[in-house]
Amino acid sequence: MTATAPPLIEVRNLVKHFPITSGIVLQRQVGAVKAVDDVSFDVRSGETLGLVGETGCGKSTTARLIVRLLEPTSGTVTFEGEDVTGRSGASLKALRREMQMIFQDPYSSLNPRKTVGSIIAEPFVIHGLLSGEGERKRRVQQLMDRVGLNPEHYNRYPHEFSGGQRQRIGVARAIALEPKLLVADEPVSALDVSIQAQVLNLLRELQREMGLTLIFIAHDLSVVRHMCDRVAVMYLGKIAELGDNDALYGFPRHPYTGALLSAVPVPDPETGRRDRQLLSGDVPSPANPPQACRFHTRCPKAQEVCSTEEPLLEDKGTGTVAACHFPLTRDEVTLRLPVALTEPPDVPVAGSERA
Amino acid sequence: MSLLAVEDLRVQFVTDDGVVHAVDGISYAVETGTTLGIVGESGSGKTVSSLTTMGLTRGGSTRISGTIQFEGRDLLQASDEELRSIRGNDIAMIFQDPLSSLHPFYKVGTQLVETMLAHRDLSKAAARDRAVELLQLVGIPDPQRRVDQYPHEFSGGMRQRAMIAMALANEPKLLIADEPTTALDVTVQAQILALMQDLQNRLGMAVIIITHDLGVVAEIADEIAVMYAGRIVEHGSTNQIFSAPQHPYTWGLLKSIPRLDVGRSDELVPISGRPPSLINRPSGCFFHPRCPYVRDRHRRVDPRLEPVDGDRGHEVACLLSAAVRGKIWDGLRSGRDAESLRGLAETEQAAAGSVPKAGT
Repeated sequence: MTATAPPLIEVRNLVKHFPITSGIVLQRQVGAVKAVDDVSFDVRSGETLGLVGETGCGKSTTARLIVRLLEPTSGTVTFEGEDVTGRSGASLKALRREMQMIFQDPYSSLNPRKTVGSIIAEPFVIHGLLSGEGERKRRVQQLMDRVGLNPEHYNRYPHEFSGGQRQRIGVARAIALEPKLLVADEPVSALDVSIQAQVLNLLRELQREMGLTLIFIAHDLSVVRHMCDRVAVMYLGKIAELGDNDALYGFPRHPYTGALLSAVPVPDPETGRRDRQLLSGDVPSPANPPQACRFHTRCPKAQEVCSTEEPLLEDKGTGTVAACHFPLTRDEVTLRLPVALTEPPDVPVAGSERA
Repeated sequence: MSLLAVEDLRVQFVTDDGVVHAVDGISYAVETGTTLGIVGESGSGKTVSSLTTMGLTRGGSTRISGTIQFEGRDLLQASDEELRSIRGNDIAMIFQDPLSSLHPFYKVGTQLVETMLAHRDLSKAAARDRAVELLQLVGIPDPQRRVDQYPHEFSGGMRQRAMIAMALANEPKLLIADEPTTALDVTVQAQILALMQDLQNRLGMAVIIITHDLGVVAEIADEIAVMYAGRIVEHGSTNQIFSAPQHPYTWGLLKSIPRLDVGRSDELVPISGRPPSLINRPSGCFFHPRCPYVRDRHRRVDPRLEPVDGDRGHEVACLLSAAVRGKIWDGLRSGRDAESLRGLAETEQAAAGSVPKAGT
């Protein structure tokens, strides 16, 4: 990816508040869940951007706002230089051809009463493409073959397929219209470990072949490490840190990123050792998030200023932007992260990138 | 004598479609104060084997054989009455989904008290005090207030902590945790695993942790059993399994999971195909349809779990010779793919010479 390529998507000050109402007949709004609260980032053409964070951090909501499955409370989403936030009707439908989504649960995202053939053909029907029956079927079978399904299973129903195969059906449906953007929301978290790799490799292959731009949402930091060029870490509706994959994993600056990486179990008793940093407590409610820095209630480095002054996303000089007053130092990172992460065996680390 | 010794356990479910061989002749032992990790995918029999230990698979259509010795008593022969006195008392279990394992209508405290009163002669007030103490022990803030709340008022991590508190209420000798952190976020997972280790150190119990996550077992298990299609295919200490894995399925698992410490350039190597049906199982080695190193003989001969030469306590069920396995794993570890290593398995057959060719 060249950094000069114009971004496919620009997200600016995106906000989504879900109202909390009280009363049954006369509902009044008594508050709001601030699911996404002033988020800005770019998605470059052809790259894979990862959105990671824990339950309730707003990663799925952000993705749904981008593909317009949800209406933003405020802020804009620009697709190929054009503001698409206000689109509706036919122009929104045209936009949807360019952006498709793969969902987490391959069981509930496929209609059990439809054959696989008609599920994958649905996008063509909606957009009035490939009107001939034979032509449509041929294209669907090509797609099935492309994602590793047997094209002869055209007339089977979703329940006849395993979880991994169903997820392939979802992928085939999503790439049918050859979109520019594919949003994958936890595409492998419902799959068995030995099957996950099959689907992840498929997504990578398709991206390479079709030049897809991918927004990849996951809570599993290892999967994101494997899939993404750049990664945005979200916490309570805000971006805590954003940067290139290697920079972010090798030298996280936001204490929350550090805590997440520190918490991931590494399947290696030798190189996985570290002084694990445990966060205390749970994620606060997004209906009533902490003032100023939202992480200050759980942050091991929090000081007075963190609860009075909100930190802005700033370049920390090590390849990532982070919203933190007191970013992690190299020593803290070395102590808390798995050995193998901070000292990759084949790359000599001689303190060359000290901030 | 081991705290728990499972010998040749078989569990079969008779269904309309045929007999499901859920667990097929597994043996393992757990000592006081140690942690055994059972790793496998859905349908590998890991959950059924531990449910059977708890006596939770008994029923008309279930066929169970073998022995499960707990402190010298065979749990399979125990009456329902005896089992009830052991369950939740000497052996406790934590389930995967804390929301569906807690009763939504009863307060968390009430459910904790019930667990204690079922086995102990306590006054209600004393049991309640102990419930508060337990919630404190598992790190729930403000336990005096929380004890009177309902499960829906707890977050996911707190519910799992409440489940652990319930499991620990009677200070069990053996704790079985079935995917205890799968439904949780990674920071909460780390908290729960640390809690389980801390409690194990303090209370000296034995733990069986069932999971599909190799990272989790690498962190907390002393010993690991890898299950596939109802059988243990590899068994050894955590170091043995991770430093010198012997079974192609274990290699497959290790190479197919994305890792934090491996960069983006490395391709994942998926295990082809999918887990077999437990009704119509493959012939020979159950893993042969998915094994990159399969030889004709493997389609006919069913391997036993046997000790690995020169590696005490390490067992594997694989027909490849130890020397070939060693070479293949060295190759995989240095980044070669299975395709290029398949030749190693072939040389073995040539060397063995006398093996007759079957069919094609």
